[in-house]
Amino acid sequence: MEPILEGITGAIARLVALDADVLAAASASLAVSGTATALSILVGIPLGAVLGLARFRGRTLALSVVNTGMGLPPVAVGLFVATLVWRSGLLGGLDWYCTRPAIVMAQFALAAPTVIGLTAVALQSVDPMLRTQLTSLGATPLQSAWLLVRESRLLLISAALAGFGAVISEIGASLMVGCNVKGDTRLLTTAIVLEASKGEFGSAYALVFILLTLIFAVSAVTTWAQQRPRPL
Amino acid sequence: MVATSQTPILEARDLVVLRGAREIVHVRALDIEEGGTLAVLGPNGAGKTTLLLALAALLPFRGELRFRGAPVSDPHAYRRRIAVVFQRPLLLDRSVRENAELGLALRGMPPRERRSRAAEALGRLGIAHLADRPAHRLSGGEAQRVSIARAIAVGPEILFLDEPFAALDAPTREALIADLARVLRAQRVTTVLVTHDRDEALSLADRIAVILDGRLRQLDVAERVFSSPSDPEIAAFVGVENVLPARVESIADDLTTLRVADRLIEVTAEPPVGEDFPLLCVRPDDVVISRDPATTSARNSFAGTIVRLEPIGRRVRIVLDCGFPLVANVTVRSARDLALAEGDTVTASFKATLPHLLPRHRAA
Repeated sequence: MEPILEGITGAIARLVALDADVLAAASASLAVSGTATALSILVGIPLGAVLGLARFRGRTLALSVVNTGMGLPPVAVGLFVATLVWRSGLLGGLDWYCTRPAIVMAQFALAAPTVIGLTAVALQSVDPMLRTQLTSLGATPLQSAWLLVRESRLLLISAALAGFGAVISEIGASLMVGCNVKGDTRLLTTAIVLEASKGEFGSAYALVFILLTLIFAVSAVTTWAQQRPRPL
Repeated sequence: MVATSQTPILEARDLVVLRGAREIVHVRALDIEEGGTLAVLGPNGAGKTTLLLALAALLPFRGELRFRGAPVSDPHAYRRRIAVVFQRPLLLDRSVRENAELGLALRGMPPRERRSRAAEALGRLGIAHLADRPAHRLSGGEAQRVSIARAIAVGPEILFLDEPFAALDAPTREALIADLARVLRAQRVTTVLVTHDRDEALSLADRIAVILDGRLRQLDVAERVFSSPSDPEIAAFVGVENVLPARVESIADDLTTLRVADRLIEVTAEPPVGEDFPLLCVRPDDVVISRDPATTSARNSFAGTIVRLEPIGRRVRIVLDCGFPLVANVTVRSARDLALAEGDTVTASFKATLPHLLPRHRAA
């Protein structure tokens, strides 16, 4: 219990003292995971809408691929992205290895399938007759899709939150492509691993509590957005 | 009454809807007259909704659909000139006003104009006071009124109604039918109402199309479908329970004398051409029951034994054995006043002018 108590008091002390390393890791985590989640939403909701609403050859296969993507091991994604951004890799010219964009790329690959898959499920669960009703009211397919996405907004917020949850707490991919550079690509998760590997359990627990607080704060905000009285 | 024009507003020819390889609807010809209300009447599973969806270009079909004389070649453009109300209100999770404005917003109408049009439609349906209420806080009847207001707000040239009252309780349904009838009369909007309810069809429609097994079996003015169904299946569906095999004995003095079992029955209806063995159709509501031998002008009176008494709502259905089976409907009060009981002998009468005759076998 001692390391845990030490961690809680350490976390409070480091937060109160505005510890530069902690703040850097927390802001790097938020920036990288926030960007990856935002990109996943931008790409994932339209793709999920297509998979949920359209009927085309290969749709079931595409859904299976997306569902598989939801369970991708972060280290596998990290390895793949590292290969891409490695100096001799396909995207080597971008010089992204050991940079935040590389972590964003890896985290996007992890979050996007979750957002796509849950968006598809959310839109499939909308009453099919509502779509017919919208068509009968003169909606174009694009107008229909937009209205159905809006109708599914509660589930879509959950999809975004699930995507964020998948990347804020992952470590394998971030470590492999970000290299854990202090003050730059060192995230809360990679910092926790480093502290624990040094035997600094109190410090590791402090970072864990800060990470949990961050996740709780983001969840609380999105839950509030989800559950507040709906605007008319 | 039916307003007619040279060209029907909507014409369907050889309209076929397939499910897999099976034809679930096949209508050879159906014309929708402008300004009228056509009820598509049929039992559950007859293909009524499928026909409506095809007429509204909401599902794929084979055949020809002509709107105002021109083929429907652009379904999207066609759908922006019609409106459909379904059995469930299917409202968006927004305010009543926003729902009522939806069709207009989708057509790109400026906000001020659509707000005014939606407010007018809500007013016609008696729900203007609910404009700011979220749709999810409406009762079933209120929600269906919003759905109808949303449809009429776009000023449809044809309004399709797919069993819009089926999910409502009786008082709500009756109130909404009355209000809708008033709105339809005031706006003279061409309406196609799909229903399985004969009373709804009679309340709102001036013409009725009976659909059975995906086929249009009779299209006529409302009263005639109920008084003169064109075949035994339609007769059974529209409530003509007494369909009796008969033999023509003679035709004289504008009366056709028929033999049913060992009884003679006189009717003013002429038998179908060349048909010596027609079916005699008598509506249960047209049969009068009395305790004493009838001394009325009714040409047909028979002593009969009450086999069964079945209370159905405000009526009592009486099954008689008059030498042939005969069903009569009387009010609960009449049944009580006459002290009717199973096994009693009573007199059943009906006028010669009321029955009609059908060919024994429907033409293929």
